[in-house]
Amino acid sequence: MNYFPHTPADINAMLKTIGVDRIEDLFAEIPEQLKLAHALDIPTAKSESEVRHIIGEMADDNARLTCFAGGGAYDHYTPAIIPYIASRSEFSTSYTPYQAEISQGTLQYIFEYQTMMARLTGLDVSNASMYDGATATAEAMMMTVAAAKKRNRVVASATLLPAVLNVLKTYAKFHGVDLVVVAATAAGQSDLEAIGGLVDEGSVAGVIVPQVNRYGIVEDLSGLAEHLHAQKTLLALYGTASTLGVLKAPAEWGADIACGEAQSLGIPLSFGGPYIGYLCTTNALIRKMPGRLVGQTLDARGNRCFVLTMQAREQHIRREKATSNICTAQGVMCLYVAMYLSLMGDEGLKKVNEISAAGAAALRRGLTALPCFTEAFPGAPTLCEFTLRYSGHKPLAEVHKALADCGYLAGIIDVDDPTLITFAVTENRTKTEVDGLVEAFGQITA
Amino acid sequence: MNKTCYGQLIFELSRPGRKGYSLPQNPWADTPQETLPAALVRTQPVGLPEADEPTVARHYTNMSNNNFGVDTGFYPLGSCTMKYNPKINEEVAALPGFTSLHPALPADYAQGALRLYDETQKILAELTGLAQFTLNPYAGAHGELTGLMVIRSYHMKRGDTARTKIIIPDSAHGTNPASAAVCGLSIVQVKSLPDGTIDIDSLKEVLGPDVAGMMMTNPNTLGIFEHQIPEIARLVHDCGGLMYYDGANFNPIVGICRPGDMGFDVMHINLHKTFSTPHGGGGPGSGPVGVRSGLEAFLPCPKVVCRDGHYELVKEDGETLGQISSHLGNYGIIVRAYAYLLSIGRENAHLVGQLSVLNANYIKECLKAFYKLPIDGLCKHEFVFDGLREDYGGDHSDPAHATTLDVAKRLLDFGFHAPTIYFPLLFHEALMIEPTETESKDTLDAFIAVMKQIAEEARDNRTMVKTAPHNTPAGRPDDVRAVKDAIFTYKPTAD
Repeated sequence: MNYFPHTPADINAMLKTIGVDRIEDLFAEIPEQLKLAHALDIPTAKSESEVRHIIGEMADDNARLTCFAGGGAYDHYTPAIIPYIASRSEFSTSYTPYQAEISQGTLQYIFEYQTMMARLTGLDVSNASMYDGATATAEAMMMTVAAAKKRNRVVASATLLPAVLNVLKTYAKFHGVDLVVVAATAAGQSDLEAIGGLVDEGSVAGVIVPQVNRYGIVEDLSGLAEHLHAQKTLLALYGTASTLGVLKAPAEWGADIACGEAQSLGIPLSFGGPYIGYLCTTNALIRKMPGRLVGQTLDARGNRCFVLTMQAREQHIRREKATSNICTAQGVMCLYVAMYLSLMGDEGLKKVNEISAAGAAALRRGLTALPCFTEAFPGAPTLCEFTLRYSGHKPLAEVHKALADCGYLAGIIDVDDPTLITFAVTENRTKTEVDGLVEAFGQITA
Repeated sequence: MNKTCYGQLIFELSRPGRKGYSLPQNPWADTPQETLPAALVRTQPVGLPEADEPTVARHYTNMSNNNFGVDTGFYPLGSCTMKYNPKINEEVAALPGFTSLHPALPADYAQGALRLYDETQKILAELTGLAQFTLNPYAGAHGELTGLMVIRSYHMKRGDTARTKIIIPDSAHGTNPASAAVCGLSIVQVKSLPDGTIDIDSLKEVLGPDVAGMMMTNPNTLGIFEHQIPEIARLVHDCGGLMYYDGANFNPIVGICRPGDMGFDVMHINLHKTFSTPHGGGGPGSGPVGVRSGLEAFLPCPKVVCRDGHYELVKEDGETLGQISSHLGNYGIIVRAYAYLLSIGRENAHLVGQLSVLNANYIKECLKAFYKLPIDGLCKHEFVFDGLREDYGGDHSDPAHATTLDVAKRLLDFGFHAPTIYFPLLFHEALMIEPTETESKDTLDAFIAVMKQIAEEARDNRTMVKTAPHNTPAGRPDDVRAVKDAIFTYKPTAD
């Protein structure tokens, strides 16, 4: 299958207009030694039915396990209407909305998305989204350095997700940020005392801590922002967007930047992407904010319309002096989020969190009743994700694999401490599935 | 296109008590619930809309009617490669065997998904003449950043820490210098000759032991093939630098020649340009990065590795530059690109390059009597006009002349997207046109006729052009007001 509309007659007529004899003549200036001399070693062209079959087989060669894993990606339900509407090609096949006159659809849903994210975080402004939660956090890190001007030290809590920490380390290494990762307390939470101590040294541009951390613990950040602001240090709070429906808003914690992953708002797991990172901030920091931004204005006919705005921050204007090299958002994924939050409203989002947390509590009760599990961080407040310590005879990795063979993705084993395992439960999990996982764990570890 | 714009925002359609969600009963409602400490919970309502599903369906469907896409009409958008997005790509990317996979799924249980990733990277490597690709970068600019990290890692590993400069032509895409700055490199700009090709003498002046490499695209942003590329690559390599290829302009040379054979060491490719995945109104894209043999170890983790027909995920290894994404990039986009690569195949790959170049040259020849063509001769996938000709209302000395912006806006009235305008920066009135190979001669002829009509209007009835667009869902926006008013979120007006 190819997608070329040209007939031989078209090609001949066009070559004649151009004034060359053969289509190869259009490449006359390319040195002969650069031209491909061999047949490309790639698959032969397939018909549409063959494409469907080949890729269908690849899709079937993956196990669709019952998901109890989180770690930044959650198996929440995606209402049927979302992919249906988002697949309208007026949305999906459109370009970045530079031509506002014929892009009001894209611009308006981004404006709605920005409003919803600003409300969830309590901050003044949201950008038009970022690639994912980890890169949004890296952008937040660089933003604090840019805002501080003469400071390049950023402190991050080791309770951030490992993938987020890894991406921060990579960006820091190349961007020249002095990134200090502060170890967690024994209770599995950000060590606010140690972080405060570093900040008091006076050269810290920003501090990044999670609101719900890698162990599923909802952290208590009382007093942190006040401490930081006294030293002119910015606070960036990492979050999982869905949980903001019930948790204290980042602005209430005094955050200057809220960043994180919004996959939890109706976006399918899709083996890790496309997801959507969010980044919100205060009016004071707008000019340091990376990424696209949609604003409201009037058109020549006097009507309300929306445009990409504040572009003086961006790479195509500022080139090497831009706030970031970002030149896209996650486009259609903003539409997913805007539709999801429109359907859920405050009440639906709250219910999603309640059912998920109730399921997590049930799984936790079931598992801690088994002899191989104990609470990793007793008494720590959690929502839909929690961490247990494993002390069974069989190696945990072996148990995990045996459960996968039974159809369960039974949590995520901690990369740094292989006796810790973190489980997530969403409203998509039934009582039968939760009870089934407990029972399977019991049998395999018996 | 439906002209009933200015529909309400979803917040304005919200009514207290409306519900659009359908959730299961909480099966654990009867068991005691743990409650979070009051200090951790939200105290104020979020203020999300309250809307039923029919309202949501109609709201967003109507919004889509105010949008232009490739399926709606032709995008002559230079450097953006707005080709057709095949529908089989969408179908296979939506298979539950991919969409339901959690990224933490162990490799043993995701063999099909990992095989697709590996097959895709292998095809890209063969098409570009490089050794290996990572598909983890999320977008073109993210690919640039990742590729520059590879280059820096290579120098750092050799202890060659003084190499902190990157050479970038003044005709480069704006992301090139921005990505280099994020990567901690300082930018050395080299001047272009009038046709946008590199001035080799200027290049020689800036080469030295502090040069990490050079970023280029070929064909360049004027659609001119840099035929001296072997010499340029040799000079940069001789001084110890690496060559970076910006794959934004790869489309015209698909199946014709390869960046690896030209002497490039590292490149990114935009799956949303050359490999037909949708632009999505500005994302999600995908920007795979390829490297020549000897640089593979520096690629980011996680890496997909095939050992004896079994796929594994490597999350950490000795020389990797680190992690640049949470998981394996925009996986769903990779599935779409793989479907396209299978569809096009070995037999047709060269036609992508040939027909995109044919289309570009055809438009150029048909319109050069009406628009100023600063660089004549064969172009590749795109070319640049420097506004209207003097005899068609384009006389710069006349303050009321018809500008490139005017032409672009008037095009919208006829159901065409605007070209890329005011880029590259080498010309004042740049109007950059790239038709891609999926447009028919009939479409091009219709576009050419409209461009001629606009030129004639600019000469005879200029107000029509200066006040365009007239037939679009919205009129020209007041950009200055948008900055001054700074309204980035919806705020209800007081009743």
